[in-house]
Amino acid sequence: MPQLTMVEALNLALGESMAADDRVCVMGEDVGVNGGVFRVTKGLLDRFGPERVIDTPLAENAIIGTAVGMAVYGLRPVAEIQFSGFTMQAFDQIEQNMARYRNRTRHRYPISMVMRAPYGGGIRAVEHHSESREAYWAHTPGLKVVIPSGPRNARALLAAAIADPDPVIFYEPKAVYRAFREEVSEEPEVMEIGKAHVVRPGGDLTLIGYGAMMRPVLEAADDLVQEHGVDVEVIDLLSIKPMDTIALVESVSKTGRCVIVHEGPRTCGVAAEIIARLNEQAFEYLLAPIRRVTGFDIHFPFFQVEKHYLPDSDSIVAAVKETMTWT
Amino acid sequence: MSPRSATSAAAASRTPPVRIESRADGSIDLGSIEVIRVLDEQGEVVNSDLEPNLPESELLRIYRGMVRSRRLDLRMLAMQRQGEMGTFAPGLGQEATQIGQVYPMTSRDWYAPSYRSIGAQVWRGWSMDQLLLLWAGYFEGFGIPEGVNDLPFSIVIGAHVPVATGVAMGIRNRKDDSVVVTNFGDGASSQGIVAESFNFAAVYKAPIIFIVESNGWAISTPIERQCGNPVLAARGVGFGLPAVRVDGNDVLGMIAACSCAIDHARRGAGPYLVEAVTYRMSLHTTADDPKVYRKEEEVKAWEGKCPIRRFENYLKARDLLDDEAIARLGEEIEQEVLAARETFRQRAIARPKEIFDFVYEQLPADLQGQKAEYMERLKRKGVEERGTG
Repeated sequence: MPQLTMVEALNLALGESMAADDRVCVMGEDVGVNGGVFRVTKGLLDRFGPERVIDTPLAENAIIGTAVGMAVYGLRPVAEIQFSGFTMQAFDQIEQNMARYRNRTRHRYPISMVMRAPYGGGIRAVEHHSESREAYWAHTPGLKVVIPSGPRNARALLAAAIADPDPVIFYEPKAVYRAFREEVSEEPEVMEIGKAHVVRPGGDLTLIGYGAMMRPVLEAADDLVQEHGVDVEVIDLLSIKPMDTIALVESVSKTGRCVIVHEGPRTCGVAAEIIARLNEQAFEYLLAPIRRVTGFDIHFPFFQVEKHYLPDSDSIVAAVKETMTWT
Repeated sequence: MSPRSATSAAAASRTPPVRIESRADGSIDLGSIEVIRVLDEQGEVVNSDLEPNLPESELLRIYRGMVRSRRLDLRMLAMQRQGEMGTFAPGLGQEATQIGQVYPMTSRDWYAPSYRSIGAQVWRGWSMDQLLLLWAGYFEGFGIPEGVNDLPFSIVIGAHVPVATGVAMGIRNRKDDSVVVTNFGDGASSQGIVAESFNFAAVYKAPIIFIVESNGWAISTPIERQCGNPVLAARGVGFGLPAVRVDGNDVLGMIAACSCAIDHARRGAGPYLVEAVTYRMSLHTTADDPKVYRKEEEVKAWEGKCPIRRFENYLKARDLLDDEAIARLGEEIEQEVLAARETFRQRAIARPKEIFDFVYEQLPADLQGQKAEYMERLKRKGVEERGTG
C-alpha cells in the first residue's frame, strides 16, 4: 500500500472522483497548469482537460458564485480557494447562495459542491494565510464543515464531500500537508461525514481535537499516559458540522472530564459549542469543568511568534493536569 | 544600446494607440453610445430595419404579457395596502423591458431574474397565484414550476448574477445550445460581484445575456450618484463584452436587441450586455415613499413615455387593436388576476411544520433534535397539523 502525504492523498481523491463521475470539475486560481499553489491539483489538467480543470480569474466571490451555478446546472464543482484567509471575499456567495439554494428552491436545485481551502498556522506565512475560521461556516445553516487530520482520512473525507448532496466546506490543515506520510489503501475509500473518530481509547479524560491540532494532541496524550499516568481518550472530531454529539457524550459520560483543543479564536469557537452540548447532555457525569486550549481572541500573530500562539503539547498537558486535580 | 534605453524604447512601444482623455470639466467622454429604438415615444416606427418581423398573433401576445404585468402589479399594490401582501417591488413602467427580454427565449433557456420581474416570470410560466403566495410570505411560492428553467431571485442585490454565470459556464462545459438571460438594476451595477461575473463570462465566452435595467433610481439614489458613467453599456468595452443600449420602454427595440444578443450567445460567440434605459414609475418597494427624494415633474415626464401606450399606438396604427379591444382585453386580464387572487386565497395556508425540511437532503442527527424541540413548541401553542410536518 502506498505511503502518501496529505497533498498526495487529496490529489488521489480528486483524481478518483473525477474518473468515477464526469460531473466532477475542479476550479480555482492556478489549479490547472500550475497544479495549485500547494500542488493538490497537480496533473489533473493533463488527465481531465481544461473543461474540467478550470483556471479561474482572481475573484474568490465569483469562484464560489459560479460554482453554485454550475451545481445548479448539474455539475459537481470542487472549488479551491487558495488560502482560507481569502474565503472572506466569498462570504457573500457562500452565505447568500451556496448555503441557501437548496432551501430557497425547495430541493429543486440542490448544491452538491465542495469549497476546499488550506487553513491554519504553522507554516511561517504572511498575514491572512494562517486563519482558522471554521466557526463562521459552522454557524451558517445549510453547510457541512469537514476538517481532516491526516492523509488517509483526508482522502476518504474528500471523496465523501464530493459525493455529498449538500455543500461542504473542506478545510485542509496546511501544516499537515507534507508533515508526514501515511498508508493509504489502493482501493478508493470513503468515510461518512458527521462521524468523530476515537483515535485512542482511555478512561480518565476525553481530549478532543481536529485538523492540525491532532499532532500536538496525540503528542500530549503520549506524554500524559507515559509520564503522568493519565489514561486519556483522544477523539478526532473530523466533522465540525454536523457534529458527532453522540460520540462526544458517550466518551465524556465514561471519563467525566474533558479538554478541547483548537487553533481558532476562543469566543464562540467550536470548543464553546462542544461544551454547551456536553452541558446539555452529559452534565450529570462531569467531575470537573471542561477546559479549552485554543487560539486567543486576537489576530493571528506574524510568523516569528506564531509558535507561541498556537496550542502545543505542553499547554495541552498543563490543561489536562489541571482538570485532573478536581476531585 | 544601453539596457536603460532599451527599456524606455519598449515602454514607448507599449503606449496605447488610443488615449482616453478627460474634457475641460474633468469628465471623461464615454457616454456617447447611441440608444437604439424601433418605436418612438408616440409608437411611430423610427427604425424599420430593426423592426422584428412578427406575426400579428405574436404582437398581441406580447401586448397581453405587458398588460398582465401591469394589472398584476396594481392588484398586488392594492392587496399590500389592505394587508394581504408583504413588501414587494412593483415593476410599473418597466413592462417593455421585462417582456422584451424574455420574449426571444426558448423554454430550454435559463432565466435568472432580479426581484422586480413579476411580468417576466408570468411570461416564463409562473402562475400568478404562486407569485402572490411568494410575496405574501408563503415558502411554497418559491417552488419553481415544473418545466420552467428559472432560477430564484436573490433579495441581496446582484447576488444572483454569478450563479446565472455559473449556469452558463455549465452550458458551455456540456456544449448544450441553451443560453442564460439574467437581469439586474443600475444599483446592482455597483456591486463587485456583478463586475466579477462580467469578467468570468467574458473569459469563458459563457452564453449569458446580462440585462441591466437602468431605471433611474436605486431606492433614493439617482443613477448620476450611482455610476461614474451612467451609460452602463459602456462597461462592455472594459470587460470585453459586446453591448447595446436600448430604449427599454420600446418593447420592439428590446426584442430586437435581446434577439440579437441571444443569437450571439447561442452560436457560441459569448456573453452580451444589454442596457435597457427605462424608468421605475412607482415605488422601490411598498415600504418606500419616492416623494421624499424625487420630483413629481420627473415622474410626469416619464408617464408620457409609457411602454404600454406606446405599443398600443403601434398596434392601432397596424389595425390590430382599437379602443374597444383594449378595454375588453384589459377587463379579461383583470378577471384573470382576480381569479388568481381567489386561488391564492385558497392556497394561502402556512405550513409551520415544514421549516426544517428543505435545509439538507437528509436532516443531520443534531438538527433532528432541534426539530423535535420546535415540534414541541408548536404542540404547546396548539398549532394545527398541516403540511408535510
